[in-house]
Amino acid sequence: MQISMTINGTDVTREIEPRVLLVHFIRDDLRLTGTHWGCDTTNCGTCVVLMDGQPVKSCTVLAAMADGHTITTVEGLANGATLDPVQQGFMEEHGLQCGFCTPGMMLTARALLDHNPHPEPLEIREAISGQICRCTGYATIVRSIQWAAEHPAGAAAQTTEKEVHA
Amino acid sequence: MQIPAPFDYVRASSVDNALALLDRHGAESRVVAGGHSLLPMMKLRLARPDWLIDINDLFELDYLLVDGPVMRIGAMTRHTTLLESDDVRRLFPIICDAERVIADPIVRNRGTIGGSLCQADPAEDLSTVCHVLEAVAVVRGPAGERMLSMAEFHRGPYETAVAQNELLIEVRVPIRAGSGSAYEKVERRVGDWAVAAAGASVTLAGDGTISQVAVGLTAVGLDHNVTEVEAILVGQAPAETLFIEAGRLASLACDPLADQRGPIDYKRHLADELTRRVLRVSCSRAAASVSDITI
Amino acid sequence: MTILEDRPSNPAAGDHDRPIGHGRMQRKEDPRFVRGKGHYIDDIVLPGMLHGAILRAPVAHARLVSIDTTEALAHPKVLAVITGSDLQALGLAWAPTLSMDVQAVLVTDKVRFQGQEVAFVVAEDRYAARDALELIEVEYDVLPPVVDARKAMDPGAPVIRDDLEGRTDNHIFDWEAGNKAETDAVFASADVVVKQEIVYPRVHPAPMETCGAVADFDPIDGRLTLYETTQAPHAHRTLFAMVSGIPEHKIRVVSPDIGGGFGNKVGIYPGYILAVVGSIVTGKPVKWVEDRSENLMSTSFARDYIMQGEIAATKDGKILALRTNVLADHGAFNATAQPTKYPAGFFHIFTGSYDLAAAHCTVTGVYTNKAPGGVAYACSFRVTEAVYLVERMVDILARKLDMDPAELRLRNFIKKEQFPYANKTGWEYDSGDYEPTMRLSMKMAGYDELRREQKEKRERGELMGIGISFFTETVGAGPRKDMDILGLGMADGAELRIHPTGKAVVRISVQSQGQGHETTFAQIVAEEIGIPPEDIDVVHGDTDQTPFGLGTYGSRSTPVSGAAVALVARKVREKARFIAAAMLETRPEDLEWEKGRWFVKGDPSVGKTMAEIAMGAHGTVALPEGIDGNLDAEVTYDPPNLTFPFGAYICVVDVDPGTGHVKVRRFIAVDDCGTRINPMIIEGQIHGGLTDGVGMALMEIIEFDAEGNCLGGSFMDYLIPTAMEVPDWETGFTVTPSPHHPIGAKGVGESATVGSPPAVVNAVVDALAPFGVVHMDMPCTPARVWEAMQGRTRPPV
Repeated sequence: MQISMTINGTDVTREIEPRVLLVHFIRDDLRLTGTHWGCDTTNCGTCVVLMDGQPVKSCTVLAAMADGHTITTVEGLANGATLDPVQQGFMEEHGLQCGFCTPGMMLTARALLDHNPHPEPLEIREAISGQICRCTGYATIVRSIQWAAEHPAGAAAQTTEKEVHA
Repeated sequence: MQIPAPFDYVRASSVDNALALLDRHGAESRVVAGGHSLLPMMKLRLARPDWLIDINDLFELDYLLVDGPVMRIGAMTRHTTLLESDDVRRLFPIICDAERVIADPIVRNRGTIGGSLCQADPAEDLSTVCHVLEAVAVVRGPAGERMLSMAEFHRGPYETAVAQNELLIEVRVPIRAGSGSAYEKVERRVGDWAVAAAGASVTLAGDGTISQVAVGLTAVGLDHNVTEVEAILVGQAPAETLFIEAGRLASLACDPLADQRGPIDYKRHLADELTRRVLRVSCSRAAASVSDITI
Repeated sequence: MTILEDRPSNPAAGDHDRPIGHGRMQRKEDPRFVRGKGHYIDDIVLPGMLHGAILRAPVAHARLVSIDTTEALAHPKVLAVITGSDLQALGLAWAPTLSMDVQAVLVTDKVRFQGQEVAFVVAEDRYAARDALELIEVEYDVLPPVVDARKAMDPGAPVIRDDLEGRTDNHIFDWEAGNKAETDAVFASADVVVKQEIVYPRVHPAPMETCGAVADFDPIDGRLTLYETTQAPHAHRTLFAMVSGIPEHKIRVVSPDIGGGFGNKVGIYPGYILAVVGSIVTGKPVKWVEDRSENLMSTSFARDYIMQGEIAATKDGKILALRTNVLADHGAFNATAQPTKYPAGFFHIFTGSYDLAAAHCTVTGVYTNKAPGGVAYACSFRVTEAVYLVERMVDILARKLDMDPAELRLRNFIKKEQFPYANKTGWEYDSGDYEPTMRLSMKMAGYDELRREQKEKRERGELMGIGISFFTETVGAGPRKDMDILGLGMADGAELRIHPTGKAVVRISVQSQGQGHETTFAQIVAEEIGIPPEDIDVVHGDTDQTPFGLGTYGSRSTPVSGAAVALVARKVREKARFIAAAMLETRPEDLEWEKGRWFVKGDPSVGKTMAEIAMGAHGTVALPEGIDGNLDAEVTYDPPNLTFPFGAYICVVDVDPGTGHVKVRRFIAVDDCGTRINPMIIEGQIHGGLTDGVGMALMEIIEFDAEGNCLGGSFMDYLIPTAMEVPDWETGFTVTPSPHHPIGAKGVGESATVGSPPAVVNAVVDALAPFGVVHMDMPCTPARVWEAMQGRTRPPV
């Protein structure tokens, strides 16, 4: 079957098997390998992408179900050379070690901050509670997201970018 | 990574179209909404439909309406929508209590109330909530609509009254003045299925006595409310001694299985403990709602 | 030196207070990871690459009757189906394990654990490979399994390893350390003796990225390139050469970015070998990446120790001796990765941080019908089990003596002046100063206040627990006279080159799975030679690009490879002195070093920077005799001893008396890992390990039913803490440098995983004291805690 969607601002159209999982479509068909997978049971959240601005676990969404929708992956977070404050925050506060869960964590953080620009630490912990990090112990991830909340600079440019893509 | 067996996919454009597709593709077709129960089963190849009918475009079923004496909840309403609704929090705090502990926030972005009820997993929280709230399920099929009580709708583990060629389209929850409700779940970790959970709804009369009560349990082998508690609570003023007795009745009424989440006596104990807790909270919420009205 | 953790208020890059080498700096690897440009195993795509999938056994113990691959081979996208008999013909059906045993690559005779590898499909894409698994028909003759390690040695127990000649039981090894007679004598005359069975159940490292490989065999020049999720690329290369017969110079092992290791990626798994065989058979690159269930059910688990602990003391609280008998469940093949001389790893560090008169331990390893492994999950070669045993026993003793557990520990610590300290089982602790560390943790926790709060809460029926753990680690394996894996000495190499413009590349033999080697190793070089870390590239993970060494596990990167890097930098610095002298037309001994520069003694304005010296070395300066025209060096570092990091942990829990649910409210961790290189990275390592500890203490377990079915085969049942189960960690540190490490660093990778489980369990048991609970085994799930409150404490296995 043929599907079309907007990924990181670019329209794509591909022929796929109906059973192709969104995570495989993104990784294998589009070669955007920043989106990972770590389980098969929707528990780990390394496959999180934004679908119409909301975090979803792309291992449990069919590519066919994303037909006609807008997807943002980690590769779409930065605006050219300018990192999203969330990306900057993860570097500042050591929110990552092996980097495997990081794309999913950052996308959830971006959606959270879009919805709630000044989250409390507990709200951050709840927002990422469907995602597992085996390295950091989460405290530095919470700090990273707080850093991004405290440094929204560049957010204006980013909004413009999003509008262009919408 | 685990991958589903091959199938054909079609996206329904309306409820009528979905029903027509179900009719056309017959027994080996399945409806997919959020997909967070069905797709993992398909990846394990424990479910192998020939046709998958995607109903995510049925925006006509994504609504929350206060309509006179009932709240009407479209079957495609996502968990997140329920959790974030002010009307739901005001009228049915039990739904918010439950939604906060259903899977995780990201799964709740996709999962729907209709999907949860139709999956009818014995550890599923919203079935208990709907039993407790005495909700009515609206099911549509080729012959038109049927209204089913939860007792009629929910036939047992993984089994509902929705026929292969029907769709659950709406859940109607009666609104009761002076009521309060609550849900509490014990889980091994955030996002895990319940070890056990309990929900309660209480309505207080003007004199402060209990005029209506329902208690339901999750994951302990009981597919219906703990009806035994009604006789001891209705007509009485809320009191700890009554909650203790209700808890005891709940622990006797359930029929849990031992598994990795715990032994039978522990689960019976939780039925008791959690029943007491949710009755306590429900009564105090009901009392608060009564005083809100009087003010 | 005792200081509270100091986080700069503005930790942004460009922090000018940061010293040139050691100190908090952002990681050099982060820019690629935050952009999604990491390069993990499943990101690798080679032209014409095929995909492999493994058919696994559905039962734990069964004779293989027949395999029919006809239908699978008829699948239009399938290129090969490989079975055990195919491998037998190639002599590849069995591979050596890291413990001198053998493991079946594919089942030839008998299935020995559920999830064991039975057949390998190679197809054009991953979906087709999965589909074809369903087309293979296998007939099994199911046998009774050995699931309970306690029954493995029963007369008449089924013999699992009948493939080994003459084998009539399930015994693997007996091993002991310490002096039995001396210890028994101390026990016989002690005032107080406390006994307790302590079970450390089977858990799994479960890194977020599963294991996988891409094998690319070039039949023309006979060269194998193997991309692998490995923590030990060089050791793997040697083993592949030994197993496959491909000469070692024709093998290149590349470990790309690794999505977490924790010991899971040390072993050589059948899947890796099958990817190689698949590539040889098809003539094309073959990728194999396991799914989560395969990872949890078949790759290296950890722990599974049943320990009978005994502690002897005087009635006023002087600990005299410890002894234990351990039953170790090693699964169906003895595949633990540990130094040859130590079949129970470094478990004999179970004497902990205390000055004892005697100690003795025995460990018996047995086969069961479970997945093989044993050493994994950040355990420093069984130090985790050892620390758990001693720290639980000390707490049980404190209860018996009615003493505060902090006070009992303080009274029995090895004293500062006793270091280097020879313990009773053969270790020489390099350095330590335990009391300040313990006191700092108590001060940070507000220990006395916590005890007061607990007392008040107990009066109200609330359950609050305070748990202490004081651990001594032993890491940095290890001196080659004592330690090898399959005959390979546990040394590490480093090469440093300073390019003519003064930029540097350092090549190391250890490999990062998230520890930040690209940053810390650059910082070590920067500190030694004064080039900014930004100008130093760290190359790792590729056997064609790096010197030989045994890899990253057992917290050995900093103690071994970190030492190698410091020494190679010093070698370059010394060479630079000779070149600078030639350039300045003076004698080397007349030069003095300041960071980054050699200058003439007494005339600091005359000197040469490292960049100038590098250009000089590669340029036209007339060099003294014996000095090559470069600024490069290499070393292989053989550590003289292990290092002994330590720490004091305090955990505060609240237990819901109605449900048994445990909430970790606070966790205070004071670590002493010697000289600190990058405090940010150290803190991260500790946070991660503490989370592991909370996970193991509260929820993680790989259980089996009576038939040997694995009950922890997905993340629905193998539970790992989320952000909701862990507190905001409170960390502090003391610094007691290692006397034998070139920069005094001890390593910290596993300290928190080793030290935290007993703190959490001690806290839970402390909370349950009003119910008379003296001990409960992990995991402290709501159900198990409630059962303990009912007086029913049962071992998890």
